[in-house]
Amino acid sequence: MPVLVRIPTPLRPLTKGSAEIQAKGETVDSLIGDLERQYPGLKDRLLDEAGELRRFINIYVNQEDIRFLQAKKTALKDGDEVSIVPAIAGG
Amino acid sequence: MEKLNGLRCRECGRHYAAAPIHVCEFCFGPLEVDYRYDVLKGVVTRESIAAGPPSMWRYKDLLPIEGDVAVGHHVGFTPLIRAQNLADELGCREIWVKNDSVCHPTWSFKDRVVAVAVTKAREFGFDTVACASTGNLANSVAAHAAEGRLKSYIFIPADLEQGKVLATLVYNPTLVAVHGTYDEVNRLCSEIADKYRWAFVNVNFRPYYSEGSKSHGFEIIEQLGWKTPGHIVVPCAGGSLITKIWKAIKELKTLGLIDGVSTKMHAAQALGCGPIVTMIKNDTDVLVPVRPSTIAKSLAIGNPADGYYAYKTAKESGGFGEHATDEEIVEGMLLLARTEGIFTETAGGVTVAAAKKLIERGVIPRDESIVLCITGNGLKTPDSLQDRLDAHVKIKPSLSAFDRALADLKSQTS
Ligand SMILES: Cc1ncc(COP(=O)(O)O)c(C=O)c1O
Ligand SMILES: [Zn+2]
Repeated sequence: MPVLVRIPTPLRPLTKGSAEIQAKGETVDSLIGDLERQYPGLKDRLLDEAGELRRFINIYVNQEDIRFLQAKKTALKDGDEVSIVPAIAGG
Repeated sequence: MEKLNGLRCRECGRHYAAAPIHVCEFCFGPLEVDYRYDVLKGVVTRESIAAGPPSMWRYKDLLPIEGDVAVGHHVGFTPLIRAQNLADELGCREIWVKNDSVCHPTWSFKDRVVAVAVTKAREFGFDTVACASTGNLANSVAAHAAEGRLKSYIFIPADLEQGKVLATLVYNPTLVAVHGTYDEVNRLCSEIADKYRWAFVNVNFRPYYSEGSKSHGFEIIEQLGWKTPGHIVVPCAGGSLITKIWKAIKELKTLGLIDGVSTKMHAAQALGCGPIVTMIKNDTDVLVPVRPSTIAKSLAIGNPADGYYAYKTAKESGGFGEHATDEEIVEGMLLLARTEGIFTETAGGVTVAAAKKLIERGVIPRDESIVLCITGNGLKTPDSLQDRLDAHVKIKPSLSAFDRALADLKSQTS
């Protein structure tokens, strides 16, 4: 299941500067596992000690916040686009 | 005076040099400006503030600006009004309205944050500013960019009120209307901000931008004679304003400008978009995002970045929160207009409505002092009242027609 993953600036030091990478996974959870295999250290940045997504990170599958889908269990298919986005302010 | 120490992660405390960055590389926590309070203590006094200009810049020492103010010289120091008519109507002893609906130049408190962000953008040498906005920020960024002779890109949800679209376009920015909710606009902007080297006031400039909201809080305390009120009711969207008012009060305490702090901070949101108030009511620090559906479009952020801190502010201060339905929002706008002669936008209606409910439920005792943060002007959202208001008398231009109409009116009301 190759999907396109967009990496935000704060994580690019770990992806050797790449803003977009290809990764595999049946679900968001297993995708994070594959990201960790390719770029060791990435998982710790995304998940806290309890294995939950860190409070200030949002993950989107095809533009949709995974909290509106099945969270980390959200299924992925070929060609999906996943964005990792830090929380930002607004108004 | 060396008052700044760069930036500091609010979660893990890591330090960063002052730069246009907003998240901690390690834990993704938001970065905050780090002040050297040891240097500021004794230098910033009630007298030094009183000697400053009648604008938010009387608190410049407590804002992250090192050089001269570049834009928005007259922003802030808006009236704090003793709202006795409203207090009588709600059966309370003491209500104050902090009236940022007359904040210069674009009639919302967003001029405070933008004046700081655009000044900072100039300090860092940017030639383009940008923002994602629910309306008020759009107006303000476009105006201050014009004043500062910077290019601006403004991103808004395509269904924004016409008044807010026009009041942005008039300053000649590049306005991008996105088919989606504010939260979708925001996500897009975060990706755009990663790609283009612009000063996004609410993305890479967030640490500086958000500090501007503190001035709303400083002013309330100074205008109350350096006393803290019992309660402050604050409209919340991203949750930054309520967090920064609380921070402002605590800074005044740190600097020795006030003695104790006993203020309870209350969050006001629309029922159709109230994830922060839901956290407070359910007493959980986990935010569940929502898809907004409310007439209070300026507050329609379903995934508030500072939701966690807004919740903690209410909790730590002993305050609470309340939701307002669309109908209650309109009633709130009409109530403030009828009793105090202040026409606020839907966000102000949310504040008044939420305060009324908190008072009626006994969460805010009727004999304690209450400040309502009225943060935007009613002429920006006339659409919300369109169906509710109409001329009472329509006549031909003759005195006898008027006499008849007046007699009719009197018989109706007697
Ligand atoms: C008029 C008005 N009041 C209050 C707010 C809430 O501010 P914050 O996003 O800091 O919670 C906004 C912000 O969008 C606004 O436009
Ligand atoms: Zn951190």
